[in-house]
This record gives sequence, structure tokens and C-alpha cells, in this order.
Amino acid sequence: MSILDKHTILERNATLLLVGSLLVVSIGGIVEIAPLFYLENTIEKVEGMRPYSPLELAGRDIYVREGCYVCHSQMIRPFRDEVERYGHYSLAAESMYDHPFQWGSKRTGPDLARVGDRYSNEWHVQHMIEPRSVVPESVMPSYAFLKETPIEVTNVAMNLKANKAVGVPYTDEMIDNAAADLKAQADPNADTSGIEARYPKAKVGDFDGDAQRLTEMDALIAYLQMLGTLVDFSAYDDSTGYR
Amino acid sequence: MADRHIDEISGVETTGHEWDGIRELNNPMPRWWVYSFYATIIWAIGYAIAYPSWPMLTEATKGMLGYSSRSEVSLELAKAKAAQAGNAERIASSTLDDIIADPQLQQFAVSAGASAFKVNCAQCHGSGAAGAKGFPNLNDDDWVWGGKPDEIYQTIAHGVRHAADGETRVSEMPSFAEMLDPEQMKQTAAYVVSLTGTPSDPALVEPGKQLFADNCASCHGADAKGSREMGAPDLADAIWLKGEGEQAIINQMKAPKHGVMPAWLPRIGDTTVKQLAVFVYSLGGGE
Repeated sequence: MSILDKHTILERNATLLLVGSLLVVSIGGIVEIAPLFYLENTIEKVEGMRPYSPLELAGRDIYVREGCYVCHSQMIRPFRDEVERYGHYSLAAESMYDHPFQWGSKRTGPDLARVGDRYSNEWHVQHMIEPRSVVPESVMPSYAFLKETPIEVTNVAMNLKANKAVGVPYTDEMIDNAAADLKAQADPNADTSGIEARYPKAKVGDFDGDAQRLTEMDALIAYLQMLGTLVDFSAYDDSTGYR
Repeated sequence: MADRHIDEISGVETTGHEWDGIRELNNPMPRWWVYSFYATIIWAIGYAIAYPSWPMLTEATKGMLGYSSRSEVSLELAKAKAAQAGNAERIASSTLDDIIADPQLQQFAVSAGASAFKVNCAQCHGSGAAGAKGFPNLNDDDWVWGGKPDEIYQTIAHGVRHAADGETRVSEMPSFAEMLDPEQMKQTAAYVVSLTGTPSDPALVEPGKQLFADNCASCHGADAKGSREMGAPDLADAIWLKGEGEQAIINQMKAPKHGVMPAWLPRIGDTTVKQLAVFVYSLGGGE
């Protein structure tokens, strides 16, 4: 019996086959499961990441609800063409407070991981209402109704609490002030010192061009204008995150 | 083990199972298939040693080759940078006027600026730089903040009304909704339109002229040619930033819209901003 025929021993003995299968499946399981126990290692240590402000979180929920992730990714891959077009490749730390993450798997539109501060609020409003008025070749649908839809503010604190339950470090102070912070961030006349202390680098002011109303457009643009702007890359050493 | 049974016709061993007198031949797998299969196993072992793969107690093995996609992209970027180093360094160390005066450097800056423009600027100013309503056309001679190379550089680097940048360009047109009544606004708008040679009602233009001098001239100038220090657009030419016609002018007087442009210096760096400035300058309206 040559070495190539040895497999018949396994194949003709049910118990031996069972033991062998168990062994193979166990190795496969360990290889897939073990890394989950040291997931923390893969998240880079960076300066500047913070939980989303209540308005940004509301905007993020709209982003998910409208299925923006179907056409837009939020993941700049470590390739030269992507880095030159969109900026520094995405770090794991940048989506550590995302539940669920919005990396996406398809780009019909551009990647949005660093869209924050790239365009003016006015551009975003115009682009949401009629994408082709600013980008003639765009195939994005119109989201004009967001500007007419007042945002629901009844369950903001619960939203923060739910995120806290899955590990986002919201403090009690953040949760207590959630409803007020949500309104103040988009109100050009509000006192925003509290928001800026709790959520550094948060953009404040009117987002949708209508200071009188708090709409879903305000929330979505607040979220988009924050994307990719939190991490301080001057304090981040690339070589510590090579993997 | 079952009894061995050899098929009489082919002389091949069967699997030993029988269904209504039918038996299954137990031909071996083709040798080429079996050897390929073993080769892939050996390849996988080699691959797992060479590349990061195997989970250990605190992290995965790093692999003998020390490969990581992130270090790879850093190397690739460094290589691309090195390939452009000669020209890019000269651009970084030269003034804009020197770059424009040197044909070879100017050509490099214009093509680099053109590709940076497509990535960063085209969304608002259009891929041909012709702008859109609310976003200035960069091909014409009409400049809100100035068309000299240094002025273009300043606008790109620090943006317009970009709150996070201390050197950003700022101006704010006040609302005239409470200062002028609707009739007066109509008269002012008629006067402004008449400056561009567009026919408008003389009965409105005459009082409008006085209203313009009282309310608008301090920023837009007595001749309505605008002021670049204030970012007040030229109203005497037929180029309209916020829309054409008397109604658009009245809308802007009632509830002024203010364009915002991000500061690009922190995002794309000095050299790229310089290249963009040279590119925009080359579009035709440069002064």
C-alpha cells in the first residue's frame, strides 16, 4: 500500500473518520475564534477619537436608514490610489464606536470616510436636494425630503444608552444632556460650550440653511462633516500600526 | 472491512456496496489531481510561514517576510514621492511667480494641479472649472477674492468662511430685509441689472441709483465694480454668482447666501496648494 492510498484507512473506519473530522474542525475553529479574544490589539492607539455627539448619532441613524452604505463605503484601503484620492487610509480606531460599522462593500459613489470638512454645508444641502446641480454625472437619488422632515428627539438619551451598553464610552453627563445637546448643536444662537467640551471638534451651527427648524438634513450633514476629522494624525506614528 | 470484490468486466475493485445487482467501481482519483492537491497543502504551509497568519496567544504570527499592507503602501507612496522629488522640491522652495516664469516647472505644476483639481475642487467648481450657481467660475476674469497667484493661493490654502482656519477669508453681506421695503429693493435690483447693459425700467433705475449709493456702494464700490478686500463681487459685469436677473438680486438682498470654501492647506499640503494655484491661474483669468 503506497502512501497515497493510506487515506483508505480513514475512509473505511467510521470512528477514526469521526475523530479525524473533529480534529480538523477544532483547528479551524480555534484559528477563527482565538483572534477575537485579542481584538483590542488591532485597534490603534490614537488621539482624538470620541463617541458621536447626539446630533451626529441621529445623522448616522439616518445614514443607515437610507441605506447610504449600499453605494458609499467608509473604508479607505491602504493602496496608493486610495490614499492619494481620499487621504490617510482608515484606521480600525476610527470605527471603534460604530455599531454597526459602515465600511461597506460597494462603491457606486465615492468613499465617505474622510468627507468631513471637504465641502461646505451649503454644498451638501444642494447636493442632497438635487445631486446633479453640483455633480452633473451623478446617479445619486434626491434626498430633498430630509430637509422637510423634522428630527425625532424623544429617544436621544436611550440611543446613547444603547450604544453605551455595547461599549461606547458615553458618560452619564453626556446621556443627561443628550436631548439638549442635540438641539443646541444645530442652533446658531445656542450656547455650545457644553457640546464642545463633551464632544471636541464637533461642528456647530446651522447645517441645512434653515436655522428655524431642526431637520434630518441638519443631523445627516452634522454627521458627514465630522467623518474622518477626529483623529489627530500629527500625533499618530504610522509605523506603530503596520499590520 | 467489507470483502473485496473485483468487477469482472473492467477488472477494477468496487466499493463493496450493491444495489439491485449494481456495483460502483472504486477507480482512484487521477494522479495529477492528487499531486496538485498535495502541492496546495505544501504551498499553504509555506505561505503561512512567510506571511502573517497563525493566531498565537496575544497576536498573530508576523510572517518571515515581514509583509504588511500598510508598510507596503508607505513604501509605494515614498517611491512615488521620490520620483517627483526634483520638481516637487523646486515647487516647494520657489515662489509662485518664479514657478510661473519657469516654463518647465510651470508645466509640471499645471498638470499636477489639474489632477488635484479633479479630486478636490471639481465637485463644487465643476470638472471644467466653470462653476455652478453659488460656486464661482474660475475660467473668467471675475474674481471675488483676487486673481493674482498669491491671492489664489491664499484662498485655496485658508478657504472662505472656514471657521476652523484663523486666516480664512471672511465677509458677510447684511440682510436688507428690514432696511429697505420691497419697492426699494426692486428699484435697487433694477439699477444693478441696468449696469450690465441689460434693459430695465428707467422709472425704477433712477431711484435705485441713489439707494445703491446709500446702501451698497460702501462694499461694492460707487462704480459697483466690487471690492476684493471685502469679497464683494463685481456687480457691473454680466457674471452672476448667486443667479441672474432682478429676482435673484432681490433674494440675495433679503436673505444673503454666503459661499463657504474649506481650507485646503491642512488637508493636501503646501506643495499641492501651490500647484493648484498655478493651475487655476493658468485657466485664463489669471492676473
